[in-house]
Amino acid sequence: MTTIEAPPVAHVNRPFLLPSLYAGNARSVMERAVKATASSNWLIVVSGFFEPVFYLLAMGIGLGAYIGTIQTAGGQEIPYAAYIAPALLAVAAMNGAIFDSTWNVFFKMNFGKLYDGMLATSLGPFDVALGEIMMALARGLAYACGFMLVMQVLGLNLSWTAILALPAVLLIAFGFASFGMGITSYMKTFQQMDWINFILLPMFLFSATFYPLSVYPEWIQWIIQAMPLWHGVELMRGLTTGIMTGGMIWHVLYYVVMVVVGLTLTTRRLKALFLE
Amino acid sequence: MPEAVISAKNLVKKYKDFPAVDGISFDIAPGESFGFLGPNGAGKSTTMRMVGAVSTRTAGDLSIIGLDPNQNGPEIRSQLGVVPQADNLDADLKVRDNLIIYGRYFGFPRNYLGPKADELLEFAQLTDKAKSRVDDLSGGMKRRLTIARALINNPRILLLDEPTTGLDPQARHVLWDRLFRLKEQGTTLVLTTHYMDEAEQLCDRLVVIDKGSIMAEGTPASLIRQYSTREVLELRFGSDRNAAVAEQIAGIGDRIEVLPDRILIYSDNGEAELQRVTEAGLNPITSLVRRSSLEDVFLRLTGRSLIE
Repeated sequence: MTTIEAPPVAHVNRPFLLPSLYAGNARSVMERAVKATASSNWLIVVSGFFEPVFYLLAMGIGLGAYIGTIQTAGGQEIPYAAYIAPALLAVAAMNGAIFDSTWNVFFKMNFGKLYDGMLATSLGPFDVALGEIMMALARGLAYACGFMLVMQVLGLNLSWTAILALPAVLLIAFGFASFGMGITSYMKTFQQMDWINFILLPMFLFSATFYPLSVYPEWIQWIIQAMPLWHGVELMRGLTTGIMTGGMIWHVLYYVVMVVVGLTLTTRRLKALFLE
Repeated sequence: MPEAVISAKNLVKKYKDFPAVDGISFDIAPGESFGFLGPNGAGKSTTMRMVGAVSTRTAGDLSIIGLDPNQNGPEIRSQLGVVPQADNLDADLKVRDNLIIYGRYFGFPRNYLGPKADELLEFAQLTDKAKSRVDDLSGGMKRRLTIARALINNPRILLLDEPTTGLDPQARHVLWDRLFRLKEQGTTLVLTTHYMDEAEQLCDRLVVIDKGSIMAEGTPASLIRQYSTREVLELRFGSDRNAAVAEQIAGIGDRIEVLPDRILIYSDNGEAELQRVTEAGLNPITSLVRRSSLEDVFLRLTGRSLIE
């Protein structure tokens, strides 16, 4: 065995925040995810891009030919495809983030024992949470960029403000990813994981994705407005159609709160599970 | 003794109300090879997790390389190499990438990790498996890779939880050889095992723990001196006669233990005791004089009944 002279000693950052839970090295967790994706499940990753595109073609272009235009809350008439495209973009951000932060994390926690290995190094639970969530964001952003390109080609971006939809996608994905990972940490069985889909599907269908909220009685509107996806859909729709309102700031704030709560929950749970 | 790298005082870990570790104290010196011996469920792994700064103690004091794991988890772990009881290699990565990515978790730069990974693959005799998938490795290879991975950060302390459980004799001996080399290079080894030969091979000093408490502490030789005799005479008279014969030979040796299949006579001179047995007119079916081992100490301290 050859000896390396003066072996370097592992360098640990001591961040100001959470010094016992964070080593400032979430980057390495992302690096691992990129390598693992490249060698195993890249096909699943690619397939995730096509799902919203198929919806857009079937509902927006196909069904949209019969529907024509739709009237927004502000009274403007916009083509049906341009109405649902931003909603599908929000859904794509949600789905990408949820897949990475729920099923992927669930397998790593319960079968791969991956986090046991990571947390035996100088990484803290906050590094792991942040790294996994950043990975979900990167994926959400990649999907969004592809989808935006499709929208541009089909002429569905009605205003220059559509470019702001990209950072908005990150915010939406961040909210869902951090919250999703926290929730997943409580899940022990596949049956419990199915509950996540049970909540996601109706949220996808009813969050003013395909028609305006005004079709519902008022009490149902309240429920939908309490759900995260509706805020994402409205935010996106405002940006890609250029129909901006002051109320959009509340949608942004909704996600900021979701991110903070989600990150706190996830870090606490990882600490409880792996550093107990 | 030089200043301890690991020091525990009245260390307690409770799960709900059950004390998995119930007030143990020990000091481990730099470069020492220290073992925790005990039956399943004795609290060995729980202790190792606390020492590895991945489990928070319920009470007591614990200092690792002079730091408190409650406050300085990441810093302490940066100086540790951990070989867990069950391999947790990253199945999504190739063999060599397992080492490199693990090094990245410690924050090492890539240009350091490349050569270091190659060096460790050679050390673990896995050079020609560098590009293999982890799932294609044999049990012994996985174990060696896990040890190589634990060395990527040049740890001051290597923690090994039952390092050779489930391996065949060849693989165990290769592993012992590698661990012994690390010890020669000055790495502090802390290991748990329930193999007595492993403890005798590797440990300078050890503690026997049972039900969360330390039963005995010392070097393998001193423990044998203290809790057993130099030699053991094993006699078989047939399982129906053992108990009856035991009464006739009472008084021979320092201590007699009657098992269902054989009688053990503890003595400093086994041959002499065998002579006395035959002079008493008893003819055992088989007789065997052997040196006392840690196994005798272990069974004396933790009892022979099966612990589930």
